[in-house]
Amino acid sequence: MNLFLDAFAWLADPANWTGPGSIPQRIAEHLWVSALVLVIASAIALPLGALVGHTGRGREPAVMVSGGLRALPTLGVLTLFGIWIGIGLAAPVIALVILAIPPLLAGAYAGFESVDRRTIDAARAMGMRELQVVGKVELPLGMPIVVGGIRSATLQIIATATLAAYIADEGLGRFIFAGLKTRDYGEMLGGSILVILLALVIDGCFALTQRVVVPAGVRATRTAELRSGPTRSRTIVGRPNTEGNQE
Amino acid sequence: MNWLWSNLDLVGELMLVHLALSVPAIILSFVVSVPIGWLAHRYRWSRGVLLSICGLLYAIPSLALFIALPAFTGLSLRSPVNLVIALTLYGVAVIVRTSADAFDSVERDIRQSATAVGYSAAGRFWGVELPLAGPVLLSGLRVVIVSTVSLATVGAVIGVPSLGSLFTDGFQRGIQIEIITGIVATIVLALGLDALSVLLGRLLMPWTRRASSNGRVLTARRVREETA
Amino acid sequence: MIEFRGVTKQFPDGTIAVHDVDIVIPPRKTTVLVGSSGSGKTTLLRMINRMVDPTGGQVLIDGTDVATVDPVKLRRGIGYVMQNSGLLPHRKVIDNVATVPLLRGESRRAAHAHALELLDTVGLDRSLADRYPAQLSGGQQQRVGVARGLAVDPNILLMDEPFGAVDPIVRAELQQELLRLQGELGKTVVFVTHDIDEAFLLGDQVVIMQQGGLISQAASPAEILAHPADSFVADFVGADRGKRALHVTEVDGRRVVVDADGRAAGVLAS
Repeated sequence: MNLFLDAFAWLADPANWTGPGSIPQRIAEHLWVSALVLVIASAIALPLGALVGHTGRGREPAVMVSGGLRALPTLGVLTLFGIWIGIGLAAPVIALVILAIPPLLAGAYAGFESVDRRTIDAARAMGMRELQVVGKVELPLGMPIVVGGIRSATLQIIATATLAAYIADEGLGRFIFAGLKTRDYGEMLGGSILVILLALVIDGCFALTQRVVVPAGVRATRTAELRSGPTRSRTIVGRPNTEGNQE
Repeated sequence: MNWLWSNLDLVGELMLVHLALSVPAIILSFVVSVPIGWLAHRYRWSRGVLLSICGLLYAIPSLALFIALPAFTGLSLRSPVNLVIALTLYGVAVIVRTSADAFDSVERDIRQSATAVGYSAAGRFWGVELPLAGPVLLSGLRVVIVSTVSLATVGAVIGVPSLGSLFTDGFQRGIQIEIITGIVATIVLALGLDALSVLLGRLLMPWTRRASSNGRVLTARRVREETA
Repeated sequence: MIEFRGVTKQFPDGTIAVHDVDIVIPPRKTTVLVGSSGSGKTTLLRMINRMVDPTGGQVLIDGTDVATVDPVKLRRGIGYVMQNSGLLPHRKVIDNVATVPLLRGESRRAAHAHALELLDTVGLDRSLADRYPAQLSGGQQQRVGVARGLAVDPNILLMDEPFGAVDPIVRAELQQELLRLQGELGKTVVFVTHDIDEAFLLGDQVVIMQQGGLISQAASPAEILAHPADSFVADFVGADRGKRALHVTEVDGRRVVVDADGRAAGVLAS
């Protein structure tokens, strides 16, 4: 247990809380890089996934891309971009974007695809335009799964951003690598504890969001289903894309 | 390319080391998660708790877990056992939900008819529920195989050798081909183990051989045409 | 009036759903398209609001080829009721009924007020307005579906097996409701079903279709029973098996109509 004492001693040391490379600065960096990557990756993957889910076209390539990219070892991608692009934020950001695309893409197409085809058919029969079908029917009904994809992508970004400190001077991972170099277990463990807390807090926020975005009528469906047994052959799980290539 | 030819031995050796790290973790996480998944399936109240714990575990960044784990186990940071335990924990976190879903997927009618013809609880589990949950369990196992093989490379940064050592070494020395070799070798290893698991699944579950082709989800357009 | 002129539909995979169909659907009457699955009846229905476009021939509404009308505009002017009610699960009953008026740009207040009236029209209590579809019974959902179909006061109401998924008792109730509604509103109703009894009950004109999208006979129920066009029709309506054969017997001086199995069907008036 004295290992934890070392870590708490490191965390409690006021010297680690001010100046360049301090804990607050590293947390801010970590959050900033993660947010930037999430925005870029979302801008690429979400519209693409929505299009695939909406039209049903290009499903096979989308499944292959999101499945295939998951087999990529993150450390390999990071180091490869590291020596291609060199020191700085560009390499880790590009690598992180590539790694964040699979869960976002999978969440978006699975979410849009999960919407009952008959509901969409009815919307079209009423005279909704394609964009209205997307915005008023598919998006709200598929939202919980889309947010599930964003959630697992975000967790993965935060984890990989930690690892990215291996190739760039960025984020909470710096404490871990600095500790590894100087064999200062207190610093390593302290940094790890901060990363874990950050990930858990953000995951908690997403869990809450995911609950909020379930449309009220769909929640009513779920309780009705519980009462009368399953009526649909296809169950929608709240978090389908959490598997695979984490970190 | 020169690097690759003069280091084929090293790559082969690291592949074996990598297998020695990931295969025990994959098997352990499968063996541990099946009973947990069954519990989550059988007792509704436990489902939320068990799945939440797995969700939290999954949210922990791997590098942080690799470093925090020795503080609990007392193992050395560079011990391969430490890495195997961490990889197993991730594997369990990933597969428990799938394994709960797998047991859920066994139809109630089948379970009840098994009871009706006189299966004991244990006999029903081994003879009916487990084999019928097999296909979904296999899909979970395949995800774990790919993620574990990929995740094991991270151990290299804390000093546990694996194919990941090609990344750290290649990065330090600026050898591009070494990193690319590492990526390709990792993917080949993952796909190889994946193919092996599919093969094993076919041997153990001969009744699924046919079903796989028509189990596909209908695409939106086809449904639209069918309703038309 | 809706008119099909030499309409054919061939799907990309080569199957012919509708083959060279000519029918006139008279205004303010109920026309029922009946046939087994694969007879193309739903395809025919969905050509009217351009959910399906024909590969040959024309569909005309009051003399205008629908192919020349913007499909979205067309659909917003035609009521559509489908089997599973097709309600949007994330919207309350009232918002579901008001969907199309809101799409057409009516004010929320006017659309909601009108939607409440429509709930009365289809025999639903106004207290259900704030429920979600999942909180209603199957029969209630179907009524909401009908109310939604009527929301823009369309001349044409398309109904695709609307009572197919509810139990027989509720179905009989809904059929009577539809007859009552049609008596009051006098819409041009095109109704698809595979149930010949339902077709005879509701239809002023019944169109019997067979595999491959061919029309066997289009006439009033009485005429079909009296003169089935061919053996397929005779078989389909059950005339050849004597199922429809009724005869009269005298019971205590009153003339009772009895069916083929000897069950009493009614008493002759006079």
